[in-house]
Amino acid sequence: MDFLADALKRALLLLVSPDSELIGIISLSLGVSGSAVALATLFALPLASALALKRFPLRGVVLSIMNTFMGLPPVVVGLTVYIIFSMNGPLGVLELLYTPYVMVIAQFLLALPIVTAISHSAIVGVDPAVSDAARTLGATPSQRAFTIIKEARYGILSAVMAALGMVMAEVGAVLIVGGNIRGYTRVMTTTIALEADKGDFELAIALGIVLLGISLIINSVLYHLQRKGERP
Amino acid sequence: MSLTVSVEGIWKSYGGHDVLRGVNYSFNPERIYALMGPNGSGKTTLLRVLSLLETADRGEVIYTDGTTAPLEHNIALRRRITLLLSSTGLFNASVMKNASYGLSIRGIRGDEARERAFGALSLVGLGEMERQNALTLSSGEAQRLAMARAIAHEPEVLFLDEPTASVDIENTQAIEGVILGMKGTRSIILSTHNEAQARRLADVVLYLRDGLIMEG
Repeated sequence: MDFLADALKRALLLLVSPDSELIGIISLSLGVSGSAVALATLFALPLASALALKRFPLRGVVLSIMNTFMGLPPVVVGLTVYIIFSMNGPLGVLELLYTPYVMVIAQFLLALPIVTAISHSAIVGVDPAVSDAARTLGATPSQRAFTIIKEARYGILSAVMAALGMVMAEVGAVLIVGGNIRGYTRVMTTTIALEADKGDFELAIALGIVLLGISLIINSVLYHLQRKGERP
Repeated sequence: MSLTVSVEGIWKSYGGHDVLRGVNYSFNPERIYALMGPNGSGKTTLLRVLSLLETADRGEVIYTDGTTAPLEHNIALRRRITLLLSSTGLFNASVMKNASYGLSIRGIRGDEARERAFGALSLVGLGEMERQNALTLSSGEAQRLAMARAIAHEPEVLFLDEPTASVDIENTQAIEGVILGMKGTRSIILSTHNEAQARRLADVVLYLRDGLIMEG
């Protein structure tokens, strides 16, 4: 057990005075996952709003797909994106494989159903009296929709945070499409997997602590948002 | 010209049960009407149809605003009338934001909106609570805020669905005071179970029986 205690000690020292590699890995992780979730939110919010507030053909199908895809295995998404962007794939010409951009795309696909499905539930869950009140006060259909979405804001933010927590922690998709290239596509989860495999626990434990910290922050924010969104 | 409303042969049914059975009535401008009747007699349904929140199965709601567009899609007309629902439907925002909602969706913002909303809040005795979150108010305060929100943009016709249901005497008096303060300034049609309240507030008391309006 001495080696574990020693690794933990060295990991803590690394966290106290982080080197450029550690900072680079953490920055890339936050950048890739943050961009993926931001992009997913941009698409998910109008989609979730339309699913919640409009009636259109195939609405139920889209909703079922989003709910089903919430549990998509990251490795399957990674494999799919890999095939699409590989040399012989339909988008191979873009030469995005093994770049941070394709990692963003893979995590975007993982985040999109989560943000859509949870935001949809949040919007549908808004008290119907709120919509009636907006209407009787003279709101146009778009003003009413905006009012309902605004009322669901804490639920929508919860969806964003839940997706961020999920993509930050996934390893399968980014490993397949990013290739875990040192200093270029290596993120926290892929580094932990690699370093643990090598038996070098110092960096792995340090990054594990950072991931746990981020997870703790995300869950605290989620809890706070859910409390704020509750109607007494 | 004052905006007046009348109904001609209004029918409305839910699940095969006829709630309104050919209601005819002309509401005179700037008067207060109280609608009475037992639970399920159609008071709320009639108010929802009159305020264009729901469409009748048959018959017509006629406003004297001179427009011919389908009433339910007529935003300009909608903005001259307001229904205060029995379930307040307050927004998860400050008291001031709630009170000024009707003004902001009409493009009135800034100091003017604040001033007018504050005036409405002061009328219902909530001027001191403008920064508080509306969802933290007691049920009586919430009802008073809903009333302030309904009158801040000064609708010409105001529908009130049981405006004092489930509030205590103090809050009831405050809301009744606001209604009486508007007497002669706009048409008000309110529903209530309280006969004494109907007599106190209304110029005309109407009864809904068997899906039809009868004057008391």
